[in-house]
Amino acid sequence: MSAFSANIQVLVEHLDHIFGEKIDSYSEHRGQLTAVVSPERWLEVAWQLKDEPSLCFEQLIDLSGVDYLGYGDDEWETAEATGEGFSRGVDALGPGRFNWSERPEAERVENRFAVVVQLLSLKHNRRLRLKCFAPNEAMPVIPSLIEVWNSANWYEREVFDLFGILFEGHPDLRRILTDYGFIGHPFRKDFPLIGNVTVRYDEEKGRVVYEPVEIEPRVLVPRVIRHDSRYVDEKLEGKSGKEGRAEA
Amino acid sequence: MSEIRNFTMNFGPQHPAAHGVLRLILELNGEVVERADPHVGLLHRATEKLAESKPYNQSIGYMDRLDYVSMMCNEHAYVMAIEQLMGIEAPERAQYIRTLFDEITRILNHLMWLGSNALDLGAMSVFLYAFRERENLMDCYEAVSGARMHATYYRPGGVYRDLPDHMPKVAESQWRKGKDLERMNRWRGGSLLDFIEQFSEDFYHKVDDYETLLTDNRIWKQRTVGIGAVSAERALQLGFTGPMLRGSGVEWDLRKKRPYAAYEHMDFDIPVGANGDCYDRYLVRIEEMRQSNRIIGQCVEWLRNNPGPVMLRNFKVSPPTREEMKDDMEALIHHFKLFTEGYCVPEGETYAAVEAPKGEFGCYMVSDGANKPFRVHLRAPGFAHLSAMNEMAKGHMLADIAALIATQDIVFGEIDR
Repeated sequence: MSAFSANIQVLVEHLDHIFGEKIDSYSEHRGQLTAVVSPERWLEVAWQLKDEPSLCFEQLIDLSGVDYLGYGDDEWETAEATGEGFSRGVDALGPGRFNWSERPEAERVENRFAVVVQLLSLKHNRRLRLKCFAPNEAMPVIPSLIEVWNSANWYEREVFDLFGILFEGHPDLRRILTDYGFIGHPFRKDFPLIGNVTVRYDEEKGRVVYEPVEIEPRVLVPRVIRHDSRYVDEKLEGKSGKEGRAEA
Repeated sequence: MSEIRNFTMNFGPQHPAAHGVLRLILELNGEVVERADPHVGLLHRATEKLAESKPYNQSIGYMDRLDYVSMMCNEHAYVMAIEQLMGIEAPERAQYIRTLFDEITRILNHLMWLGSNALDLGAMSVFLYAFRERENLMDCYEAVSGARMHATYYRPGGVYRDLPDHMPKVAESQWRKGKDLERMNRWRGGSLLDFIEQFSEDFYHKVDDYETLLTDNRIWKQRTVGIGAVSAERALQLGFTGPMLRGSGVEWDLRKKRPYAAYEHMDFDIPVGANGDCYDRYLVRIEEMRQSNRIIGQCVEWLRNNPGPVMLRNFKVSPPTREEMKDDMEALIHHFKLFTEGYCVPEGETYAAVEAPKGEFGCYMVSDGANKPFRVHLRAPGFAHLSAMNEMAKGHMLADIAALIATQDIVFGEIDR
């Protein structure tokens, strides 16, 4: 377990002692600890994290969704030149490159949706990130944390609205940020960046009308992943880089 | 006897006390609120999705537009997240400049809050005084960045440029002349730091002035004491941060507990309330202005005596100077790549948080190694605060809703994102 820095190591050992198999995995990046929990254990682990005096995570600071569709895809081949020179970075399919009617069917991706929670313990001045992958990407369902931390209420509504992740046990899972009667979940990676409908006031009809967006989808800067030798070396040497300043 | 029934009332989205585009559905029993259901999202711009579509640096300007009365603090969280992922750190002088401007921003925000809060509850003059001081601070923003509000001043690796040696003067015009002009320019003879120092010396008296108008004011106390009281336990459950949490008596401030930038070298106190009502939160914020002013004084002192670089000299992140670019091929290439493609951030995820004036403003960032973030989530303090509106409003009178919205320091730019 030497993959962790000293103070994280202490926390990991402590969590391991309390939860054992209940937490699937731990990872540290930039001095911050992430614990992955399965949906079946999600609530149980949450209650214990809050109530166990030696952990005492009183606050759920943030809850957000992540759609891992297209993770690690780039739009521009930069490593090697082809017969026609370097590629031009125009024929890819990021969210900025299609409109609503021509949106591509999302490929099946294992562990596509995740819910990420940032916890804060004021007592121990400590942070922890929890992550839970939804098992079924066609209808992702994760238990709601609203009973454990009441602040999860609107955050879960937001994640439902933007990602379409359902929270089992949430008493009031309405859309929150998008318009009344909105269709689709805009922060999914297969939702167009330009949106789907536009609103305007129609003089003749005397009311507000919804129409399909007319903007041409376009991307100004292609998405590029450069395998910077400094970071690659760092990874090979197993260093986690310089520690984040304020995080423990 | 006439029949009494409940009313459902629509408050906003166009209402002067709604602080933007808040739509509140209120269920009233007579004048007593039984349920408050805030409908938000009228200002939703999908900032997080937009950030996924462009190189890292191009989204800094969007951060100003989130909580548009505490602009630089939002930038700070975003920039810190990038710096953490890249494993870089801004030079010391940049850290002090950030601290200085975070505190200027805090005063800007609290003045806005004080003015509009007082206005909502019927006191007009505080609003005018608060805006008089805000104008001076906006000029500081303009002096360093060229923009009064949306500065885009913080950059990964430091700040855009060093503090200017000359504070720009107000020019004479048809409306600004004679003694007025003299008064406006009285602190502007020297550098920006001189200006800030003179402002901050004067500002202590200004805060005292506000207090004489409000603190013992009978009407003010009637409208705020005992209104919207939240216990410490509930405040934690509801995800309160910043003055909302400290007003309830929890001593928690990221600047002290998890110091970032140059806060560990600063000497300041954290004011804490006792009852968790609107009046206590008012006192906390007033005292925070004094403490911010103290920090500003210390930063000015340090910045005077310690010249140095304000930007990391790492051309993979920050651009080379114009002269270098015209002189050196390598610098030209770096410049070109930075402004056409941006920089790639190594794969990983991080959560960076700052103590923004309204509470904890955080940025959760996931990178898959590309030149654009894979996912950015912005944790806005106001979002958690507003979600508690129902609980805070229950049992209060309709007129107290204005006091509650004001005490939460709601700004829709950050709630709707």
